[in-house]
Amino acid sequence: MNFSLTPEAQAYRATVRRIIAEAVTPEAIDRMHSTGTFDVPELTQALAREGLLERAVPGRGGGDPIELWLLFSELEKAGAPYDGISVALMVAGVINAVGTEEQKERIIPTITSGQALVCMGYSEPDSGSDVAAATTRAVRDGDEWVIDGAKMWTTMAHEATWLILLTRTNTEVAKHRGLTMFILPMDTPGITVAPVHTMGTERTNATWYDGVRVGDDAVLGDVDGGWRTMTVALAFERGVMGGTNAGVPLLRHFRAWADEVGLLDDPTVRDHIARTAIDNQVAALLTMRAAWIAATGGLPGLEGSMVKVFATEAYQRAARAFQEAAGPEGLLQFHEPGAAADGFVDYDARHSPVTTIYGGTSEINRNNIAERHLGLPKARS
Amino acid sequence: MSAVGPGGAEGIDLSLDADQQAVAELFDGFFANECPVSVVRGAEPLGFDRALWDALGALGAPGMGSPEDQGGGGASLADLLVVAEAVGRAIAPVPLVDHLVATRLFPDEELISGELVGGVALQPAAADGTWRLVPTGAVADVVVGVDGDQVVAVRSEAPGSGPRNHADQPLADRSARAGERTVLGPATRFDEALDEWRTLTAAALVGIAERSLQMGVAYATERHQFGVPIGSFQAVQHLLADLPGLIDGARLLAHRAAWAATLPVDQRVVDVDDNEFTDPTVLASMAFLFAGEAAAAATDRSLHVHGGYGYAEEYDIQLYFRRARGWRLVAGPPAAERARLADLLLGPASTPSPAPAGAAR
Repeated sequence: MNFSLTPEAQAYRATVRRIIAEAVTPEAIDRMHSTGTFDVPELTQALAREGLLERAVPGRGGGDPIELWLLFSELEKAGAPYDGISVALMVAGVINAVGTEEQKERIIPTITSGQALVCMGYSEPDSGSDVAAATTRAVRDGDEWVIDGAKMWTTMAHEATWLILLTRTNTEVAKHRGLTMFILPMDTPGITVAPVHTMGTERTNATWYDGVRVGDDAVLGDVDGGWRTMTVALAFERGVMGGTNAGVPLLRHFRAWADEVGLLDDPTVRDHIARTAIDNQVAALLTMRAAWIAATGGLPGLEGSMVKVFATEAYQRAARAFQEAAGPEGLLQFHEPGAAADGFVDYDARHSPVTTIYGGTSEINRNNIAERHLGLPKARS
Repeated sequence: MSAVGPGGAEGIDLSLDADQQAVAELFDGFFANECPVSVVRGAEPLGFDRALWDALGALGAPGMGSPEDQGGGGASLADLLVVAEAVGRAIAPVPLVDHLVATRLFPDEELISGELVGGVALQPAAADGTWRLVPTGAVADVVVGVDGDQVVAVRSEAPGSGPRNHADQPLADRSARAGERTVLGPATRFDEALDEWRTLTAAALVGIAERSLQMGVAYATERHQFGVPIGSFQAVQHLLADLPGLIDGARLLAHRAAWAATLPVDQRVVDVDDNEFTDPTVLASMAFLFAGEAAAAATDRSLHVHGGYGYAEEYDIQLYFRRARGWRLVAGPPAAERARLADLLLGPASTPSPAPAGAAR
């Protein structure tokens, strides 16, 4: 096996690191944590200016999976926001794969220029893991579609230009076959956004759709073909575009603090650090593998499930171990004097629980691995 | 055998090369024919089958990791990982990993040919010259290890038996001083051999884990309760679904360690803050620790999925369960290895050393 990056990939990584170092200042990170909006516009725009967003769109600028992996690994390791960029690039890739020429010209440049973010309307109050059970309705009315319903966890809806929305257009067929995906501007009349604040300080949203009217130009992919559009989207995302390196900044922050306060000689602390360093390296290698499979023409869905389950659970173990090792200082939040790792120990302990839930729960991923990788008999009807 | 070029410009490739795939097929086929589980059981409690060892000798396996100009096969460490994994899958009662490591350090003609069995002492000799619980001590003709500030190879008669133990391994104490003794160099020369032992043992543990998972999946598919295969219950599925990620992660770590060993010394990086490691010593330690965890988890869970039968001697999973522990613990407690890894990552702990006797207060 060869683990070396090509000189081109090394140069790409160096560029990404430079951009992050310039745009993601401590002030920008502090602003994210205090507002709950995990977006740094200067970063998105700097990536756009250097052509890295265009270049990262699957099927358009090459969308080299090795570069995608490097981009998101570097963002995540630096503690920079990546969810907004990840969703936007993924949607750009989906539009490029299943959208019309008109949609490609109208929408993709707004994303790759760093001007527009996209939010995702998949989950609903009564459907999360069973995403194909969506009940938000889109009904034909003359030349238009009328959309009514509600979505949960529409993160960045309060900042986004575009919304990608999973709707039900046919109630007469099996649930996977009656779905249609739309992409529409967030300022379309009839959309209401309300904040949902979380334990980890990130702000997400609930959104309501009340007689929202759009034309056929908002249909992304085929009518009643929404499940296929979902599948294309998931294939871009799994295991490469972030969510597998959270243990790295946690360890970096904790190690620096432990050194400062003289905890670094504690054998228990050293044991936790050794374990976390191993888990971080394993997560990185499994992510690298998913990228390599994608780069050689494969679809790393199952490998993405493996790294998602492993990396998020390892992150939770580390967050818990480090908070316990820090004691009361591990409870103190950002800006409080004496806070362990300037508040990151508390932050990671609060943030880590969501990582085994969003983007596919550990249970859904284990179902995939059990049935499609291990070939075990199907568990549910 | 192709060595992976240092810093190769061709980019990431996480597949086995064609030669390695051929080696994997060769050894898996060999063990399938020559080492069915009845051979493993027949070799207990000693844990060594001479006929199987001789058959491996006929294949050229004992010398495959030694230089070609000394009559060896010239295989790289990465190539040997593939062989070690096959040994683990078959839990073959032959000390091939230890022999390969000993022979790379001490390329003696009779070791290369496999006429003699080699082994490594994983801890330095005690003050009286005893190497305690050498993993191949009961059967090795030549043991390589540290005595004082030197690494030595000692040829002496193998006792042929040792203490009964958890994994039916040929453990025995050996002397670093009694016998025909060859000084190989300063003790630090043994460090690289230990890195190779950790890396290859990691691969063997990956083999144990992989086969144990396959056994669990097969059993969960054929065993019916409540009218359905137990593998259709999510509680059972999810026990097994964690394992492929652990196994693949351990395999990647072991291969990364072997790759890192080919890099020029000035390209070796240890950067905890950036999660960047290209140091073979660090990666060998990580691979050994993580593969040990993976093998423990895979055998725990597979045995559990087998229900009461898994606990019965008649079923094979218990053979794997015991070796997953034995092949690992001969090197010492995992916590001690993690402490060593922490020293490599962070520098040694700066606990103040006790004041010398009679020092002024």
